[in-house]
Amino acid sequence: MKKLLISALSALVLSTGAVAASEAGGVKDFAFSFEGPFGRFDQQQLRRGFQVYREVCSACHGLKFVPIRSLADEGGPQMDPQWVRDYAAELDPVIDADTQEERPRKDTDFFPIRVGDGMGPDLSLMAKARAGFHGPYGTGISQLFNGIGGPEYIHSLLNGFTGADKQEAGNTFYENHIFSTGWIKMPPPLSDDIVTYEDGTPATVEQMSEDVATFLMWTAEPKMMARKDMGFTAVLMLGLLTVLLYLTNKRIWAPHKGKH
Amino acid sequence: MAGIPHDHYEPKTGVEKWLHERLPVVALIYDTIMIPTPKNLNWWWIWGIVLAFCLVLQIGTGVVLVMHYTPHVSLAFASVEHIMRDVNGGYALRYVHANGASLFFFAVYIHIFRGLYYGSYKAPREVTWIVGMIIYLLMMGTAFMGYVLPWGQMSFWGATVITGLFGAIPGIGPSIQAWLLGGPAVDNATLNRFFSLHYLLPFVIAGLVIVHMWAFHTTGNNNPTGVEVRRTSKEEAKKDTLPFWPYFVIKDLFALALIVTIFFAVVGFMPNYLGHPDNYIEANPLATPVHIVPEWYFLPFYAILRAFTADVWAVQFVHWITFGIVDAKFFGVLAMFGAIIAMALAPWLDTSKVRSGQFRPVFKWWFWLLAIDFVVLMWVGAMPTDGIYPYISLIGATYWFAYFFVILPLLGLIEKPAPMPATIEEDFNNHYGTPAE
Repeated sequence: MKKLLISALSALVLSTGAVAASEAGGVKDFAFSFEGPFGRFDQQQLRRGFQVYREVCSACHGLKFVPIRSLADEGGPQMDPQWVRDYAAELDPVIDADTQEERPRKDTDFFPIRVGDGMGPDLSLMAKARAGFHGPYGTGISQLFNGIGGPEYIHSLLNGFTGADKQEAGNTFYENHIFSTGWIKMPPPLSDDIVTYEDGTPATVEQMSEDVATFLMWTAEPKMMARKDMGFTAVLMLGLLTVLLYLTNKRIWAPHKGKH
Repeated sequence: MAGIPHDHYEPKTGVEKWLHERLPVVALIYDTIMIPTPKNLNWWWIWGIVLAFCLVLQIGTGVVLVMHYTPHVSLAFASVEHIMRDVNGGYALRYVHANGASLFFFAVYIHIFRGLYYGSYKAPREVTWIVGMIIYLLMMGTAFMGYVLPWGQMSFWGATVITGLFGAIPGIGPSIQAWLLGGPAVDNATLNRFFSLHYLLPFVIAGLVIVHMWAFHTTGNNNPTGVEVRRTSKEEAKKDTLPFWPYFVIKDLFALALIVTIFFAVVGFMPNYLGHPDNYIEANPLATPVHIVPEWYFLPFYAILRAFTADVWAVQFVHWITFGIVDAKFFGVLAMFGAIIAMALAPWLDTSKVRSGQFRPVFKWWFWLLAIDFVVLMWVGAMPTDGIYPYISLIGATYWFAYFFVILPLLGLIEKPAPMPATIEEDFNNHYGTPAE
């Protein structure tokens, strides 16, 4: 049985490690609080990251798959529901799906979409879409402990500007070795103290990028903590069942075997 | 069950007799579950139950996922996010379903290689083997179409590449491709038909699973020695076998519980481990991903597809001899399907009279080389097509065909088998000692 398990496991590692191996791109591993089976989101950090998104990123990046009301959900920033409703009303108005008329945004709507000239890609799922292939971490089975690598990508990208820029076909590109082509259209979005954290944490670029990477992991995987809780329940119950079945199996076969 | 003599169901009470005369369903269930099973089956024989579990798991989670999914190009991706965020336990359903496909293939590959090692495909079990191969092909089709449904970048581009394979068929290829896609390119019509078939095929598989079981319940299970159960009398058969219930049900359930524990650890703690990050980007027909990589379980055959490029002499030769009808692309497609057909033909390609690899000292080495070859092909299938990788693919693919078309036929003629136990009872007692009566 042990042999079988080992061969099964090694086959799994071999087969998938292969899929994941690709360009490294200078993304550095970073120990986020939510990594590993026991990892949890830090609620204060999610709130700080949301503040960075709200005050900086949201100018050019949407979160079109994230319902605004989920900000109040368990396992997330858990903002006050009344605050969330007020916040939603301040955002761009929406065209109502039923009446086809413009109305103020409600907490049951999604975050605004940002498209058009100068706007960046939607960030809802970026932490999962940039996982694995775009960085050395979260690739092999180490993903179990080190996370999928997407937040690392975001964190590294925001800290990856060299300061150089170039003009090309009427556009300005900024040098960033984390970005796939080495030159990105987004100007360095963060600078020290660009936001003033409500909880008094010093707003360094490092700190803000870590916080916003965490927030974007939450937007990509809002049910992460519930999922891990489910994982523990399932593994514990099934583990118990396995032990009971092992003992049962041993017992019913014993009379048919000469030695025990 | 013509095969192994054993006790059959006898209706005793009045109600049982009444039902039995009208519908012998209890007898069917009894005979199925009490089937005499070789008592020396080892742990490699547990994967059938794992596979049955996977099928039920996939259908169960799939049926619920369908309740919340929208098969439309502009809504599919968002509806999957809706499942992940808003449906109660939706994230668990989807992750179980997605990883369930991986468990399904993991189990089926071990199950197939088990059959290849212990000669389970040999007479009289050829029909079981062929039905199994058809199930495997349908599984690949189902998995492929299921992967398209979330409508991410890999869904879209995977569908484009794979349906493109059919376009490589000379003459009628482009028409077949358009027929599969429901148009000139992957679009809403494609998504809708894939959705329909992804729901249909699992039930076809379920039907074939019953046929698969019917076939091996007719011939009896193979076993690690490949020696048949003695069938001259019920008493002799009883020395070689134990009833499926409770001995093998409990044994299989134990193994299943252990595997499902590991499975739920993956689902709970690293559910995206086996997926491709690009599939979290909504399908965009205008942006091709840098690497289009199929799911891990397709990689060995994907490697064989890509192995035969235009500079391989065999490809050039076939190109020349067919007056250019078979080009490198079509050759690759033929090789890929041929690799599976080769497996399906194993019962007629293997000339050895000895069933189990345990007693074939030379065969063993070639078999394990095939298993390594399979893993290497899986690895190289995910690699780019430059540098050393095409050569590795070519060697790997060549060995795959050589194993089935050269080694299996020749080995049976020249190999001197090792001594075998006369009966299953003898083999079992060699392992566990003679039980005290």
